[in-house]
Amino acid sequence: MSFTLHDYVLSGNCYKVRLLAQILGVAYTVKPVDFHPGKAHKTPEFLALNPHGTLPVLESDNTLLTDSSAMLVWIAQQFDTTHTWWPTNDAHRLALTVQWLGFSAKLTESIGQLRLHTMLNRPADAATLNTLSTENLRELENHLCEQSIRGLAFLTGDQPTVADIACFAYSALSPDAGIEHTLYPAIRGWLHRIRCLEGFLTMPGIYEAHETRNEHTAAS
Amino acid sequence: MNAALEHALQDWYPIAMLGELAPGERKQSRVLGIDVTVLANDSADETDSTPPITVRAEGAPVHVQQAFDHWWVCLGNAPKPLFSIEEAGEADRRFVPCGVVRVACSPLRAVENFLDIAHFPFVHTGVLGAEPHTEVYKYDVKVDETRDEVIATNIKFYQPQAAKSAEGGIQTEYIYRVPAPMAAVLYKTCPLKPEAMDVIALFVQPLDEQTCDVWPWMALYDDTSTQAELIQFQQLIFLQDRSILENQLPKKLPIDPGHEIPTKADYTSVAYRRWLKKRGAYYGALEAQP
Repeated sequence: MSFTLHDYVLSGNCYKVRLLAQILGVAYTVKPVDFHPGKAHKTPEFLALNPHGTLPVLESDNTLLTDSSAMLVWIAQQFDTTHTWWPTNDAHRLALTVQWLGFSAKLTESIGQLRLHTMLNRPADAATLNTLSTENLRELENHLCEQSIRGLAFLTGDQPTVADIACFAYSALSPDAGIEHTLYPAIRGWLHRIRCLEGFLTMPGIYEAHETRNEHTAAS
Repeated sequence: MNAALEHALQDWYPIAMLGELAPGERKQSRVLGIDVTVLANDSADETDSTPPITVRAEGAPVHVQQAFDHWWVCLGNAPKPLFSIEEAGEADRRFVPCGVVRVACSPLRAVENFLDIAHFPFVHTGVLGAEPHTEVYKYDVKVDETRDEVIATNIKFYQPQAAKSAEGGIQTEYIYRVPAPMAAVLYKTCPLKPEAMDVIALFVQPLDEQTCDVWPWMALYDDTSTQAELIQFQQLIFLQDRSILENQLPKKLPIDPGHEIPTKADYTSVAYRRWLKKRGAYYGALEAQP
């Protein structure tokens, strides 16, 4: 069962869905929404579809989702035959995945909002968002540092889950908001491991790893 | 007041898209380090002679005009004429103002990057360029003395997806114009109408010497894509540039030769820097005006 994604090219939350779909080789239909400058996500037509007035929106025959984490879970459960991205057969990892999906929403609220302010002039309290963003990145850095001591490459174990995808987007995009990765070596390593995944997809501000660049280019 | 600012004050800069502000709505912005207030006037009826928009810099109204789907302002006392783009009058084109993007870079660097072809395969991979098609073939650059513009012609480059309307890779032809220090206009092969050229412009609003608001604008032949698709194609491209631009050092553009060693691919950039220097357009440049 495929789906339609109401999408904005510069949205980190839309990118999460595009990224997982690409990694899992899922074809879908894109419907671009003029978020900027048109604010089409606040029009009556769009609000009729999604009363929250947010992007992305995922539509399929019997599903309408307006939360990117929910979309990642839905896509993984539908299309991931390995059951590793949404690890339902491992209580420990499944619970951690839910926990880090929750954390990803904090990244949207801090880095995501700061990025919209820095890049597209959306009004915001930049100083507060900057503090919050830094706190969030430090928490992530500490966790990934501990994971690496345990010999684990990803957020919940030795394999990536939907939580890695969810946390990847705005962590990787923090330079767009003026927050460089220099102070976060564990995050840098983890971002790099995700960029090296088979089927990885770029967006503006997130480039391919040099090591995989030519393979991907040749394949496209 | 320094000479670089005095020079820059006489040029026109975009401040808002037409229709961006509802009647009665105002916004704060900045031009050349000066705070400005933009107010969309609430005109009472059609015979009211109130202009649709008023822009004030430090309380005093400044020159305003509309062109290319944007409001333009000039803060100086002797405004130069705004450059022209003839294609803006061609009714069968699609006009696409793409919205503002803020970039922490010199306004001159934003323009210079727009003129560069060599970065396409590396920054716009799979869209405006692809390895191994990285060679920049010889092209021509001159300063058009009558219009006082930098012009680059005979540029050819292989592009996997030259425009939203392109299906598959094509050899794209480009012409570049720099009609003002902080504006650049390119003409490129139109995939749907090979005898015509699409127009893509970058209008740069200098907030200060190291920050700018960039307003991309397009005049295309494309009767298949939606407006949202056209805007997002352009935003995809420009936001790929943004992260590169914010990392360029020094933050201000060096325009004296000797700071950097250009290659043949940089002819347009060399001509642009010389032209800036000759006309005294030092706002956003590394060097102080001699």
